[in-house]
Amino acid sequence: MLRSSTSFATQRNRLLESTFGWLLFFCAAISVLTTVAVILILATETFRFFQSVSPFAFLFGTEWSPLIAPKHYGVLPLISGTLLVVVGASLVAVPLGLASAIYLSEYAAPRTRQIIKPILEVMAGIPTVVFGYFALTTVTPLLRQVFPELPIFNAASAAIVVGIMILPMVATLCDDALRSVPNPLRHAAYALGATPFEVTSRVVLPAALSGVFTSFVLAISRATGETMIVTMAAGAMPNLTFNPLESIQTMTAYIVQVSLGDASAGGITYQTLFALASILFLITFCLNLLAQRIMHQMREVYR
Amino acid sequence: MSTPLLEAKDLTIAYGDQVAINHLTLPIPEKKITAIIGPSGCGKSTLLRSMNRMNDFIEGVKLEGAINYQGENIYAPHVDPVEVRLRIGMVFQKANPFPKSIFNNVAWGPNISGLSGDIGLRVETALKQAALWDEVQDRLEEQALNLSGGQQQRLCIARTLAMEPEVVLMDEPCSALDPVSTSRIEDLLYEMKKKYTIVIVTHNMQQAARVSDYTAFIEDGELVEYGETEQVFTNPLKKRTEDYVTGRFG
Amino acid sequence: MISAIANPRLRRRKLVSAAFRVLCAATAFVVVGILFALIFDLMLDGLPWLDIQFLSSFPSRFPELAGIKSALFGSLWLIGLTALFAVPIGVLAAIYMEEYAPQNRLTRLIELNIANLAGVPSIVYGLLGLALFVRFFALERSILAGALTMSLLVLPVIIIAAWEAIRAVPTSLREAAYGLGATRWQVVQSHVLPMAMPGILTGIILSLSRAIGETAPLIVMGALTYVAFVPEGPMDEFTTLPIQIFNWTANPQEAFQDLAAAGILVLLGILLVTNSIALAIRYWSTK
Repeated sequence: MLRSSTSFATQRNRLLESTFGWLLFFCAAISVLTTVAVILILATETFRFFQSVSPFAFLFGTEWSPLIAPKHYGVLPLISGTLLVVVGASLVAVPLGLASAIYLSEYAAPRTRQIIKPILEVMAGIPTVVFGYFALTTVTPLLRQVFPELPIFNAASAAIVVGIMILPMVATLCDDALRSVPNPLRHAAYALGATPFEVTSRVVLPAALSGVFTSFVLAISRATGETMIVTMAAGAMPNLTFNPLESIQTMTAYIVQVSLGDASAGGITYQTLFALASILFLITFCLNLLAQRIMHQMREVYR
Repeated sequence: MSTPLLEAKDLTIAYGDQVAINHLTLPIPEKKITAIIGPSGCGKSTLLRSMNRMNDFIEGVKLEGAINYQGENIYAPHVDPVEVRLRIGMVFQKANPFPKSIFNNVAWGPNISGLSGDIGLRVETALKQAALWDEVQDRLEEQALNLSGGQQQRLCIARTLAMEPEVVLMDEPCSALDPVSTSRIEDLLYEMKKKYTIVIVTHNMQQAARVSDYTAFIEDGELVEYGETEQVFTNPLKKRTEDYVTGRFG
Repeated sequence: MISAIANPRLRRRKLVSAAFRVLCAATAFVVVGILFALIFDLMLDGLPWLDIQFLSSFPSRFPELAGIKSALFGSLWLIGLTALFAVPIGVLAAIYMEEYAPQNRLTRLIELNIANLAGVPSIVYGLLGLALFVRFFALERSILAGALTMSLLVLPVIIIAAWEAIRAVPTSLREAAYGLGATRWQVVQSHVLPMAMPGILTGIILSLSRAIGETAPLIVMGALTYVAFVPEGPMDEFTTLPIQIFNWTANPQEAFQDLAAAGILVLLGILLVTNSIALAIRYWSTK
């Protein structure tokens, strides 16, 4: 008798538990559904876009003017714009970020570290629209003093500020990578009569290389997807050039430009947004995958 | 006895408020093996690390007195620790080879310092001195981390010897090794003593008795007894020493 | 026998080492200096415009009359609704991943997927929201559509943060509870969650903080850049503080640039408060 009353309760409990388990699973699965939705939507609209514009003309065309007649849908100007910003940003963020990280990890006193690390975290949390403001109101005027011919909207300002934006991330990741190198290695090097520079450059950095490299890959990924800074500072002029002192437009900035108009109307213009987003998604996906691979390899070495 | 090659003179070392070494004076005679023994926490590792300024890396460490090398205090303000370590090398408790090839591990120090001579010869000599050459001569390009524990430790010894220091400090070099590797390294020490002055910290008293010429017994940061090994072990002057070496405590 | 140590070489090595140290230190301080330059510049231009009137007025063609009221309320509505969707789903998903999920390939796939989603540019989420919520579900340019879009954006981040907090709970605690005959949910509810709660809260607050500053996805899904009313329901159109800042910055008149600075100060102030709360929670929980 005791058994039957508890079995009813346990049966009900088991039902509740299993329903609950399914609920939880569904919550986790939403993330998968999100990815599926993203891929589906991007693929569908890109496919529709390719009904009107040939993939060849899109990928290799050198003129982008989808809004003004005569209409051209060659994506290369936007790619070159994005590339200019990404390369420029990397040139800023990589050396400065790595050097800052080396200072934090190998040279700074604990108290200095305790001050600078939170500052880097604060910088990492600043919204990109704030950096866009900074680019337009501080960096561009400064650059124009050095290059008087510089247009207000130019790739260089945007690239520098995107670099500043991703710098904290590079510094933090590199710092983590350097600190994960075990101290006995440093001690062994010092005990052989090496200077701090030699210990850092010939033992610590080589040992931390995959973590450092990962940070660079992630930085490039962030810079590629960056939108507000380039919208506010780089310009809205698709321009196939490698000169950073010109106005350009990146893929992301174009998407914003169209969205500020009337994008939900459908049609080819609407589809261009998704064709570009497909490229963005592919690039950042591959870069993130690369970063994960490298991190995975690194963990194997220090098992 | 003339001035010893290395000596601690009225040395006091403290971490914050905690005194680890208390007014300690100890000579390290040239081309002999000096063993430093004592119970856990007595300060022997601290003392050893102070001899090549490896304590510099610990936050909040305070040092008074002197460590004299060839009569000169290595803690004098004008002395660069880098130069100290070029002359006084160290082998650590746990083998810490670089994640590089066997060759590059041994060659690293000489390359950095620009030591003269053929690097290949220098590496070979060091590996022979460390009794590792026969086992690795065909695979010098292999990763050092692939070697066994005992081999890695001998590699670390070779790495240190490649710098041709005057003094080799060894911080419990065999404590993480099996008996076979341990005895191989102890055999090494007899050979090394012909060229190098050795200071070895060990908690293994049999090892100290087997290997060393002089023994210093340290307790609570103070030198309790120092003398020729045979005398310290068979005829100790202090009761504390006798208690320790006969295993009554520690 | 001391080997031949070349003395000029040693001197050069030491010089290089010292120079390198100076270079790295200078870099770190330059980076920090940039932050202070930014804040200084913002305060210089924005503080004069920061007053009650600024906080309680709608945007206007006349800078003296303009304010962030609609933007503030829009942001408030948006984050509130976003939290409503993203927090329960995110926390439950994290509980699933750590406590319920079997160690199989499907779980590993979900984990990889979440990690990847966290790295997708936010503008792609905006387009997802545009296609899915604005058009397909016909929610138009409403706060609801915006909140759903932002929920998808912050969901991976919340899941990861909550997961970390839950993972940090020691296994021994769980084992003890299971050993006493508790069901899985009982273990989670009465032992794991309470202990992980500070970490989860911190993660939620930090994730939502990032959402407060997002601009691109909302512009893309159709949030307006000029709004002169306060939203009254989830189906209303809206703007947010970052979008207002963007709008003002793009205006060539210098007064509007200063207004943008004032708006930024408010935004940064809000972020300062939320991040401080999160840090305070983290600090108190480790005592």
